[in-house]
Amino acid sequence: MERTNPAPSRPLSPHLQAYRLPLTALLSITHRITGVVLSLGLVGLVLALFAIAQGPAAYGAVHASLSSPWGGVVLWAWIAALIFHLVHGVRHLFWDTGRGYSLTSLNRYALGELAAALVLFSAVALSATLLS
Amino acid sequence: MPRYRSPIARARGLGPARTGLHDWWRQRLTAVALIPLGLWFTFSLAMLPTASYPAVVAWLQAPWNSLLLLSFIVSVCCHSMLGLQTVVEDYVHGSELKLACLLGIKLGFSFLALTAIYATLRIALAG
Ligand code: HEM
Repeated sequence: MERTNPAPSRPLSPHLQAYRLPLTALLSITHRITGVVLSLGLVGLVLALFAIAQGPAAYGAVHASLSSPWGGVVLWAWIAALIFHLVHGVRHLFWDTGRGYSLTSLNRYALGELAAALVLFSAVALSATLLS
Repeated sequence: MPRYRSPIARARGLGPARTGLHDWWRQRLTAVALIPLGLWFTFSLAMLPTASYPAVVAWLQAPWNSLLLLSFIVSVCCHSMLGLQTVVEDYVHGSELKLACLLGIKLGFSFLALTAIYATLRIALAG
């Protein structure tokens, strides 16, 4: 037998899937996702270091895959994730001092953080192009 | 059986957070260390695709680079291990599966850190 509940008249907290996430929430979940992605990338870092220790032949394979188009995409995605995670991490540390929780400052910092991440990413990309 | 441990020693770590405050603090400590180390590492990593084998080895053998890389490895493995542990504790609820994940993370990252330290030292100290 089917029975539908009558819609409750009290205010309901919006369910996650029926709710457009505000910018602050998007940044928060992105920090978590980038944290997990960066952790996976650490396996790659260790493999690369090990290959360098093994010698030129082993490094050649790592170097070839990093220089390929897809390798470049993965490398730069990891770099972008690190920069975003770092910038938002700084804000976490600032929050831990008990400051920066008002609604206006939350939204202001969210935009400032995105701008800072963009500037840092451009600086890394620029220095890589200039110095190579 | 006589109780040799003082009441405070027995009560410590039994609150709802257990030893969590220690982990929380270590996560912040490694985060602070990772601000300069992470920036240094990002700028260095961006050069890697264009570097030849001798260039990479020479770079790794420069004393400051070896030292900073070792610091980065230690901080990042600790930070990442604690971070993934938090994520697992938030989303994995079966107690056996959760225990298996936590064990895997701890053992995996300890091994990863050791491998990275060993490789770095071999490169740095090779003639
Ligand atoms: C490759 C480098 C890094 C990796 C692999 C990494 C990994 C992680 C992971 C997996 C988490 C858990 C995510 C969560 O609980 O939502 C986390 C949290 C955190 N990370 Fe990182 N991280 C890295 C670099 C950094 C840097 C450079 C900072 C600089 C401040 C930082 C600051 C933080 C902070 C403050 C947290 C705690 C966030 C919270 O309490 O929700 N991380 N990180």
